Amino acid sequence: MRAPLSWLKEFVEIPKSVSADQISDALIRVGFEVEEIIQEGAGLSGPLKFGKVLTIEEITEFKKPIRYVGLDCGEKETRYVICGATNFKVGDVIVAALPGAVLPGDFHIAARETYGKTSNGMICSARELGIGEDHSGIMVFNESDVAIGGDAIAALEINDVIFDIAVNPDRGYALSIRGIAREIAGSLALKFTDPVDALRGLQFSETGKGVSAKIADRETASVFYLRTISDFEPGAKVPLWMRRRIEKMGMRSISLVVDITNYVMLELGQPLHAFDKSKISGGLTIKRAGKAQKFITLDGQERNLDPDDLMVCDDKQPLALAGTMGGLFSEITDTTTDIALEAVRFDPVCVAKNSRRHKLSSEASRRLERSVDPSLAELASARFVQLLTAHSSAKHVATVVDGEPRYSPVITLDPTYIPRLLGFDITWPEIAGYLRTIGCDADEKTLQVDPPSWRSDLLTPSDLAEEVARMVGYEKIPSVLPPRPKHASLTPTQKRRRAIANMLASRGLAEVQTFPFTNQETIDQMGFVGERAATYRIANPMSEENPLMRVHLVPGLIDVAARNISRGAKDFAIFEMGSIFRSAQKLIPAVSPVILKRPDAKTISEIYKSVPPQAFHVAGLLVGKAESENWQGKSRAYTWQDAIAFAQEILDLCNLKYSIKRSDFAPWHPGRCAELIVDGKAVAHAGEVHPRILAKYGLPERSAAFAVGLSALPDSELVKPNRVGTMPAAFQDVALVVDSGVSAQAVEVALRAGAGELLESISLFDRYDKIGEGKISLAFTLTFRAEDRTLTGAEVSEMRSAAVASAQKATGAVIRTA
Amino acid sequence: MNPADVQSWIEAAEKAFSKATDLESLKTARLAHLGDKAPISLASRALGTLAPDEKASSGKIIGEGKAAITAALQKATEKLEAERDSKVLLEEIVDITLPVKRSHRGGLHPITIIKNEISDFFIEQGYSVEEGPELESGWLNFDALNIPPDHPARTMQDTFYIEPVESGMVLRTQTSPVQIRSMLENEPPIYMICPGRTFRADELDATHSPVFHQVEGLVVDKGITMAHLKGTLDNFAQAMFGPDVTTRLRPSFFPFTEPSAEVDIFFNGRWIEWGGCGMVNPKVLATCGIETNVYSGFAFGMGIERTLMVRHNITDMHDIVEGDLRFTRQFGVGL
Repeated sequence: MRAPLSWLKEFVEIPKSVSADQISDALIRVGFEVEEIIQEGAGLSGPLKFGKVLTIEEITEFKKPIRYVGLDCGEKETRYVICGATNFKVGDVIVAALPGAVLPGDFHIAARETYGKTSNGMICSARELGIGEDHSGIMVFNESDVAIGGDAIAALEINDVIFDIAVNPDRGYALSIRGIAREIAGSLALKFTDPVDALRGLQFSETGKGVSAKIADRETASVFYLRTISDFEPGAKVPLWMRRRIEKMGMRSISLVVDITNYVMLELGQPLHAFDKSKISGGLTIKRAGKAQKFITLDGQERNLDPDDLMVCDDKQPLALAGTMGGLFSEITDTTTDIALEAVRFDPVCVAKNSRRHKLSSEASRRLERSVDPSLAELASARFVQLLTAHSSAKHVATVVDGEPRYSPVITLDPTYIPRLLGFDITWPEIAGYLRTIGCDADEKTLQVDPPSWRSDLLTPSDLAEEVARMVGYEKIPSVLPPRPKHASLTPTQKRRRAIANMLASRGLAEVQTFPFTNQETIDQMGFVGERAATYRIANPMSEENPLMRVHLVPGLIDVAARNISRGAKDFAIFEMGSIFRSAQKLIPAVSPVILKRPDAKTISEIYKSVPPQAFHVAGLLVGKAESENWQGKSRAYTWQDAIAFAQEILDLCNLKYSIKRSDFAPWHPGRCAELIVDGKAVAHAGEVHPRILAKYGLPERSAAFAVGLSALPDSELVKPNRVGTMPAAFQDVALVVDSGVSAQAVEVALRAGAGELLESISLFDRYDKIGEGKISLAFTLTFRAEDRTLTGAEVSEMRSAAVASAQKATGAVIRTA
Repeated sequence: MNPADVQSWIEAAEKAFSKATDLESLKTARLAHLGDKAPISLASRALGTLAPDEKASSGKIIGEGKAAITAALQKATEKLEAERDSKVLLEEIVDITLPVKRSHRGGLHPITIIKNEISDFFIEQGYSVEEGPELESGWLNFDALNIPPDHPARTMQDTFYIEPVESGMVLRTQTSPVQIRSMLENEPPIYMICPGRTFRADELDATHSPVFHQVEGLVVDKGITMAHLKGTLDNFAQAMFGPDVTTRLRPSFFPFTEPSAEVDIFFNGRWIEWGGCGMVNPKVLATCGIETNVYSGFAFGMGIERTLMVRHNITDMHDIVEGDLRFTRQFGVGL
């Protein structure tokens, strides 16, 4: 919302001593963010004169049209200037910058030779004067509006300050000069004159029958004023002051009727719409479109109406998309003489829906969907009649009204509520004073507060608390820490995640965070199938490239790896922690209980259950070499083992026992993937990434990955440590021959089972696969220790034999003899 | 036995040992002065031939002499061994400035680091750190926060909807549904923050990302005032931006708070918009079944990316979301 200082001063008495910055600060203080303070006329100095075009000589030998123009600038002699614009004719009045003038951008005007002529000045466009963006042509005026040879800087009120203000959606009233002026007055304690006061009681004589007005459904609009006007002369000119104000607001002057509707909207905040009365069949009714049909808005666009669209219709057809945009058929043209002027307090939701459905946000809809003062349907339409009849031959015929304004109810305010909520002392008389500043009636005896007509947002005591805080100033609120609650700590899950991230980061993995979106091609490429491939689709994705929610973290890591490789990285390791979104659960229609009271337990449970579970994973990708390569030659490359080690370390960190088995599991190499199992549940996979995928994404061969489903892990139990034995340990080596298909883990488990309680640890120290006949040799060191004594040789031999016997029984292992 | 003889043997041995220049020549000297043929060894062997009284006195003299020579040898050996060792170590000198083999430099993503920092700050104040699903019920993300069905924030231009749209499932546009869950699940007093990932249908550019992070805070207790909100934000701002930062509240509008405010910080010489806040709208409390005449509360929310970008002067969002190792590695595991 723009607000020129010159216009604001009409309604609020701003002393000269108050600077633009002070006004801006005053607005910010009460919640109006001033996005820009535009100094119009900054860097502009005269002479800038109105000149009448006397002669035009077209110069045609150049690439673009050039005119040599003779001007009457109120001087003795005709002034000649070169001009590149062509949107004017002899007799038009223009603005000329004479030699000595300086235009914004430090552009000095001087007499100069150009296009073979002497140019004694320059004819200006709005943009060259720094008062508008319009560069399509020079500014053209009527001779009746201006004085030839007069100072254009003063006549055009070029020197002005324009505040560009962001208005919050609850403050529709401030989308008007009236509203902004009131806020400035309130914030700076200045005198405010409400322009609406002068309009109350304005009467127009009824000279005939007006177009009828009807609201079909009172839910869609509360009050409808329809003013019928005749005898308008189509050529009536827009007064210069009005045109300039409209331009300063960032709009364009179009015609007197349209300009007055806009002017009144900008001044008071009530959108108005003028129909060409000759196009109306019968009367006007506000009603729903009722059926799908075509409708052309006055921007020339054909739109498909929704049956639910709220329209202003005559007896035959819809004429306007209510509160949003008029129709082309009934718009004011340059032959219109009779006018029907509509002013309605539409239901904000109806207008918002109209606007959304047609992706059409207009100056009118922006105001109406934020609520407009219901009293303005009458007063703003009166202001229209006042202005139109004053500046043209138009006559008021009749005013027809349907409905009546609905105002916000009175609020009873507990005087202790506001100090209790804001945290500082303030008395009821002070509260009442502040509320009166913003236009409320506050009764100190009954404690009743009646909000003003333009504040339909004031409905509850907390709304009033904000108003009081705003007027007191948020900066006056003290800064106090709340009472300190009891002890808090991270949850075990949060601690676990943090420990894992820290471990991976300190082991050389860099954390990345990728967007959790994917596509079907990636899912297929990775080899995910069945429930691991099923996911949710975004109805309105950023791009059709990635319309699905991710089902795994590794594909995102592969993308990031490919990006890093494309930027020159070679060897690295990365990890990510985050949610994945497999669609194990079918979505049900939304459960949406009414608000303002707690839904019953069943409904809450339904809402909770409607949200599908989203597993939290950690995954890593190990690319290329495990160490940086340097002068010592080749470094060790990452392998499947590193990936498995990371998965194991994560489970170790969580104090969880796990077993491992080989798994054919996407996106891993089918022969080089380990599945880690906790409590019978596969919780992690690790190994070499499938070579096909590595080739496809240009990653080095043998790159490895791990993924751990953190939300699938059981809680770690409280650690109850064993005493640390201090007696000597006894070491026993045992080499066993087994079939090559037997896993090392199976042998180890059997040895462990047979060795008994005094086995402290077991480790594989040799694996030999060259003995032939489909056999391999596995050599383990068994460490035994008793808490209370030194073990004897006989005891140790016995335990070793028991371990071997167990391995033999379980895996067919025999002691290696050679 | 003449003590003078023994003394002369000691002196000769000491002299010979000290003359030895390396362990090899010391060995020769040892054989000469302590070996089988050495005078002291011969004298020692001859003791057996002496009369008992002379045997005792001579034995003592010879024993002491032997000890003295052995001590001298020990001293010389230590000296020469140290010389040998230092010579070997000198030969083993390397250029320790050569690049060493080391594993890659890892690091936490700065968003994780700052999230941890914020969590630690609030935990220390007694707040819990709550989480919730990213794919969330529209009722929890909007309705319960007093954002009615026709609110502009609910349009497809701002919110990612999940198919089928009748499910009302959205990618949460804010972490506020976690506040609602907290209030539905717990009785006051509630002191919580909820950092997490959020989604809005914005194109990725230097300052926006469709996927970003927020941290929100919620306090519901008896006697909670707007002054408490201000105190908490002042404290939080200083934890994030240093002791010199100042905050400013500006009136604003959010459906879920009343009064509402924007919170700005004055940092590096200018006012910067940091987040939104306010007193929890009684409509929201009532929807969660909290007695509005007993309890009041405040809530606030900040963008974590924004906090990070302002504090570290990061000018382009792309660096945060693209996963370039060169960016992450600058942060290590702390900021």
